[in-house]
Amino acid sequence: MEVLKIATAGSVDDGKSTLIGRLLYDTKSLTDDKLEAIEKTSKQKGYDYLDFSLVTDGLVAEREQGITIDVAHIYFSTPNKSYIIADTPGHVEYTRNMVTGASTSQAAIILIDARKGVIEQTNRHFFINNLLRIKDVIVAVNKMDLVDFSEARYQEIKSDFEELMGKRDYQDQKITFIPVSALKGDNVVNRSENMTWYKGQTLLEHFEALDKEDVYNVGTPRFPVQYVIRPKTEEFHDFRGFAGKVYGGELSVGDEVVVLPSMTKSRIKEIYFYDKKYQTATRRSSVTITLEDEVNVSRGDMLVKVGDLPTVNKEFTATISWMDSQNLNLGNKYVLQHGVNKVLAKVENIHHKIEPDYSGVDESVNSLAMNDIALVTFRLNKPIFYDTFKEHRTNGSFILIDNQTNNTAGVGFIE
Amino acid sequence: MRIAYIKNKLLTIDESFVFRVKYQTNNSILSTIESEIDTVLSVEHSEVLGALRNNDLENEAIYIFREVAAQFERPVLLFSGGKDSITLVRLAQKAFFPAKIPFPLLHIDTGHNFPETIAFRDKLVKELGVELIVRNVQDSIDQGKVVEESGKYASRNTLQTTTLLDAIEEFKFDACIGGARRDEEKARAKERVFSVRDDFGQWDEKNQRPEVFDMLNGQIELGQNVRVFPISNWTELDVWSYIQKENIEIPSIYFAHKRKIFLRDGFIWSAEDDVVFRAEDEVVEERMVRFRTVGDMSCTAAVLSEADTIEKVVGEIRESKISERGARIDDKRSEAAMEKRKQQGYF
Ligand SMILES: Nc1nc2c(ncn2[C@@H]2O[C@H](COP(=O)(O)OP(=O)(O)OP(=O)(O)O)[C@@H](O)[C@H]2O)c(=O)[nH]1
Ligand SMILES: [Mg+2]
Repeated sequence: MEVLKIATAGSVDDGKSTLIGRLLYDTKSLTDDKLEAIEKTSKQKGYDYLDFSLVTDGLVAEREQGITIDVAHIYFSTPNKSYIIADTPGHVEYTRNMVTGASTSQAAIILIDARKGVIEQTNRHFFINNLLRIKDVIVAVNKMDLVDFSEARYQEIKSDFEELMGKRDYQDQKITFIPVSALKGDNVVNRSENMTWYKGQTLLEHFEALDKEDVYNVGTPRFPVQYVIRPKTEEFHDFRGFAGKVYGGELSVGDEVVVLPSMTKSRIKEIYFYDKKYQTATRRSSVTITLEDEVNVSRGDMLVKVGDLPTVNKEFTATISWMDSQNLNLGNKYVLQHGVNKVLAKVENIHHKIEPDYSGVDESVNSLAMNDIALVTFRLNKPIFYDTFKEHRTNGSFILIDNQTNNTAGVGFIE
Repeated sequence: MRIAYIKNKLLTIDESFVFRVKYQTNNSILSTIESEIDTVLSVEHSEVLGALRNNDLENEAIYIFREVAAQFERPVLLFSGGKDSITLVRLAQKAFFPAKIPFPLLHIDTGHNFPETIAFRDKLVKELGVELIVRNVQDSIDQGKVVEESGKYASRNTLQTTTLLDAIEEFKFDACIGGARRDEEKARAKERVFSVRDDFGQWDEKNQRPEVFDMLNGQIELGQNVRVFPISNWTELDVWSYIQKENIEIPSIYFAHKRKIFLRDGFIWSAEDDVVFRAEDEVVEERMVRFRTVGDMSCTAAVLSEADTIEKVVGEIRESKISERGARIDDKRSEAAMEKRKQQGYF
């Protein structure tokens, strides 16, 4: 079954959690016991409607404050597709969680409160979705019930947003506008009777029609080796299989490959998936590959096709999103995890901080705080084999780990 | 011509065949060789399949298993005997074939298991050829570390935590792989794939590591451990569909069977097992039921069902109006029940 991962974005109280609850409710994905719990709690709180945000706000602190603090993953399916929606927090403080939610998604919903229109946070959310090169973005103008379902208001917000679109870096991003009321259910799953002027698809109709292959970024095949399988049994005495996931393209038996960093050449002998052999490993499959020759391969190495090499370098520049409470300073050292490969990295240069609301850059900084986005150059103790993020979403991204706390302190997108 | 053709074919197949063809070929054995080729070729044809069809959830789980094996020194797979942990075992087999699963299984035995699940567990472990470690909640009770609950809703579900944490310390496990899914419960929806626990086994839910793209950060300090959830993104229906597609054997209690039961608080309880508390005025009757989860018997309710095959079970789940955990009384204690238990180190 197809799985489509969708991230949400929007300011505090724009209605993300409510929208997801509505999606679940209208697709009949809420089971009776969950619905009963929502009804009970809504009543206790004295609401005269069902508070769907109770479906996703799973932590006590979230329900107490009525806000989302941490990403929640919500699941539902139609006969056609399975959906995973990341409910992300809207609070500025939680920008890092938004990056987290968006990094694993192929599509995104940006919510705008129809009363407030495009605000600074909208810029930020759009910037992040664009930075992460999410291919399909829905701009849902929510709470239309509070502006009398006014078409004029919707058009006004739409043209404000279109102004933003001119500033984006990733121009191929597909953007669709939908006026909705998450609370009342207009244009979420069912067509709105209050907005007959809107002729487009409902939110769910849009996702149902998306072709999944279209929302994935295609690049060239990269095979980072996760683990070497040596069974040492009688039947598989000399078996040496390289376990990993195929990213970006396909690999087939007979393909001539280069092992990085040793630059040794060989050919793919077999492709195993569990106990069966295949001719071709498709994108995103977790397979085990054997080679024709006895070559030395270990975790962190990478198999690529001959004539299709990534950049091999000890220095590079990347846009990073800082996620740690301890600042990133010039000269700091981190563990840099690129896929499954780990090296040491030193901060060589902080070129500038990027204001994610499109208001410009700040060149005077030499330190980054949590939620900052900046252009940074790193020097490594060993070369890594990378593509730019533009060319390859997986092979062009990395995380930075603080060696003292072991925390994932930042994420980077190689330029 | 014929010999050259055959030699050529054989060359690509097996060197010992080539040897025979080179030195022993005469017309009398040619036909034998030919038929051998045919079998070899046909086997090969059926063995090497075309392009691999993708199952994203399965690929993701296999990837996670391999990260665990590579990043940790002493991983362990928590095996409850339920369908989720049985599914985990199959995924682990897939991740490491043709090698054995490179870590042991750990069963925290509440002593309140359905007898079927224990028999099933032992059989499975034997087939896999992996080590099984069992630690008993009863021992923790006998040692005075925990106190058995009493009354109507008494269960050993919470008590498990102590036994588990002790086992982690005893064996110095640094990664515990579990079958929890985010769709099960709303606090679980917040859990990471690699979820760090401090030296007290506690979950700090407000301070979780971000997980971006596919990258899993398993760096921890000595004494800490990571809970790993390879099927985080699966739903109950995904698990059942997978069991059906893969033809995975599961304990019989998951299928509809006749059982003596009684009703309490709208739930159906087994009357065949001593550990389930039953008041004298609670009437026993016989019904067709099955279990959707197989936790501690004392807090796992049955559902009325006629689904006695995997096809029917999948069909039933698809239509179901009640969530899986709707049949677990321990979650009903309070809205934050799960979050509280998790903070204390529960799985
Ligand atoms: N009238 C109206 N109210 C809405 C609509 N959607 C959401 N709300 C209300 O707006 C408030 C905030 O909704 P949430 O869903 O919690 O907002 P959120 O975007 O998830 O907020 P954070 O997670 O804290 O960023 C709640 O009181 C909702 O009932 C809508 O379409 N119309
Ligand atoms: Mg929310």
